[in-house]
This record gives sequence, C-alpha cells and structure tokens, in this order.
Amino acid sequence: MNAPFYKFGAFGDEASLVVAFVIGVGFGFFLERAGFGSARKLTAQFYLDDLAVFKVMFTAIVTAMLGVFYLAWLGILDLSLVSLVPTNLWPQIVGGLLLGFGFVVGGYCPGTSLVAAATGRWDGLVFVLGVMAGILGFGEAFPLVKGFYESGDLGRLTLPQVLHLPYGLVVFLVVVVAVAGFAGAGWVERRFAPRPAGGRS
Amino acid sequence: MSAVPQAAAERPEPRAVRAAAPYANPYLAGIGLGLVLLAAFVVMGRGLGASGAVSSFVAWALSRVAPAHANGNEFFAEYLQSGLGHPLKDWLVFEVLGVLAGGFISGALAGRLARMVEKGPRISVAGRLALAFAGGALMGIGAKLARGCTSGQALTGGALLNAGSWAFMMMVFAGAYAVAGLVRRQWR
Repeated sequence: MNAPFYKFGAFGDEASLVVAFVIGVGFGFFLERAGFGSARKLTAQFYLDDLAVFKVMFTAIVTAMLGVFYLAWLGILDLSLVSLVPTNLWPQIVGGLLLGFGFVVGGYCPGTSLVAAATGRWDGLVFVLGVMAGILGFGEAFPLVKGFYESGDLGRLTLPQVLHLPYGLVVFLVVVVAVAGFAGAGWVERRFAPRPAGGRS
Repeated sequence: MSAVPQAAAERPEPRAVRAAAPYANPYLAGIGLGLVLLAAFVVMGRGLGASGAVSSFVAWALSRVAPAHANGNEFFAEYLQSGLGHPLKDWLVFEVLGVLAGGFISGALAGRLARMVEKGPRISVAGRLALAFAGGALMGIGAKLARGCTSGQALTGGALLNAGSWAFMMMVFAGAYAVAGLVRRQWR
C-alpha cells in the first residue's frame, strides 16, 4: 500500500472533500473532548494551574510524529509527498507572537473558536468574526506587508536539517523532551493550584 | 435561552457542581488528535488547518461585495483561484465544516452545549466580547503572517519537524505568557 493515498491517485478531488469533512469531524471531536471549546480551560495554560493545552498539543504532535516516522521507515508512507510549509523565519516569529497575544486576549485560536461557536459559546462566535476581520485587514494591507511576508525565506527546512542530526534521533529527542515536559507540567500544576478559600495547606 | 441545559448557567461559586461530563484525560485526547492528524498525512498527504478556510471564506465574501477589488488584490485572488471550481469548494473549507460538526457532536454527547459566554467573574459580557473580537483579529493577522495557525503550523508542522513551525510554536507560547498578566481580570 502506498501512502499518501490521495497523492498516489487512490481517489479523486471530489472524494477528497468527503475525506476532509470526516477528518474535520475527528479534529473537532477531540478538541471538544479535551475541553478546548472553553476559553477558560484554554487560557488556564497561561495562569499555570491547568496545562492541558501543552499536554494535548504535545501528545498529539508526538503521536503523529512517531506514526509518520515509523510508516516512512517501513516504506509505507513517502514523506517527500507530504506537504511541508516552507520556513519564512521573520514573519513566522512575528506572526507567532501576534497569535500568542491573540490567544490570551481572545481566549481561543482559530480551530478552537470554531468548536466553541459550535457548542454555543457567544465569545467563540465573536472571536471567529474577529479572525475574519483580521484576515480582511491583512489582505487589504497585503501590498504594504508583502516584503516582510516574504522575508527570512529558508525554503523547505526541517529540524534534522537545522541540527545536522539524523531524523530518527530528532524524533527520539522530541519524545524525551515531551516526556520530561509532561512530568514538569504535573509539578507546575500542583505548585500553582488555586488554594481553597480560607484554607492553607 | 430556556433550552439551555443545567450546566449552562454561569456559576460564580468556585466549586460549582457541573452537570456536564468531565473533560477527557488530556493525554488520551492528545492521542486521539494525533491519530486524526496522522490519518490526514497518510490519506491526504497534508495536515490539518483552520485559518486557511476562514481566509477562503473572507475572500469569497469580499468577491461577492466588490468583485473587481477582490480579484485585483494578490492575496485574495490566490484564495479565489483555489478550490475545485469555486473558492468554497476547497479541502480546508470542508475540513472546517467537519470541525464544526465534530465539536457539536462531542459537546452534545457530553452535555456541554450551552449558549453562554466564557469569562471570569470580574469582567462584563460586553468587555469579554470586545476582547474576544480583538484577540480574534490579532490571530487573523498573525496566522496570515505566519502562514498558518495552531492547527496548520504548530500541530501539523510540529509533527513533521518543520523548522519554521517549531520557531512559530515557541513564539506563540512566549507571546501569550508575555501578556497573560495584562488580561488576568478577564479570566480570574
């Protein structure tokens, strides 16, 4: 079996939209399961008493990363056919900062705000409208920001290339860092846990 | 508003009893999310996304209001030309429709559907909605600059060990922690 199936012509463009919907259902389902339809649950990450955002994100990254690594190693998945967004370092750094500001000010990110809106949260819906306004503004200003948007162009670049280390070793290091992070997250949560009113422990 | 389940009501007491089911274990939810992402890589050869679909929608909506203006703008024109013959007949747009459905299904099964505003006890509803809009706008701009959001860059690029995605992800956390103190009143 050759993967990615779509790239090997297993099904056509019209069918890919059905696949898109099904994958989206899974994505939205697990975001909501994790509690990510709630802005308070999400932003607790930044007040350190509930690090679910970190735990869920890094567990998902490690799971998919290991799956990709082993399927490629077994010769089932052709990793060169999996699309990789080219690195443009400066706009990604500034964009990341803006996203971080928006996360704690607005309470969501684009995907989780859709889940919040779907489960009835008005603030989620308003956040989605804000995202639309931001994209509209960015598009209107695009001629002005195009130079910066295209700056820091490093092309298709992966961490193994940056670190000059074998792919498998970087995968292993990410797993080690993630596991250490999960252990550290438990400690941080206990350290910053809100104390019950009137009682000191 | 009367159809709201018991869990809907905002309870100011810190230890309010929730009628809704508790959230999933974060590691189990993370494995589920990771397997969905892996399925996208294996079946489609691409990852997940969210902001891209919103961009397609914005470009399409603008083209309905001001077609010449939208098509004359390099940024919007690219979204208008993507999709299978229509800007909204697009992979990410269908994926996002699935996200809405999947979120609704999970929320319904857990008794978490509730028409409410997520906020801390020390901010008004209007104040919270204004900040939600402002935060969304910041995210919209940031996601376009960074060529993706938490879905398309952090999760997808993170799992593929994409160098730019990891730099992006670190900056998202740095940015959020940097301003968390300023908006504490909104949440706590």
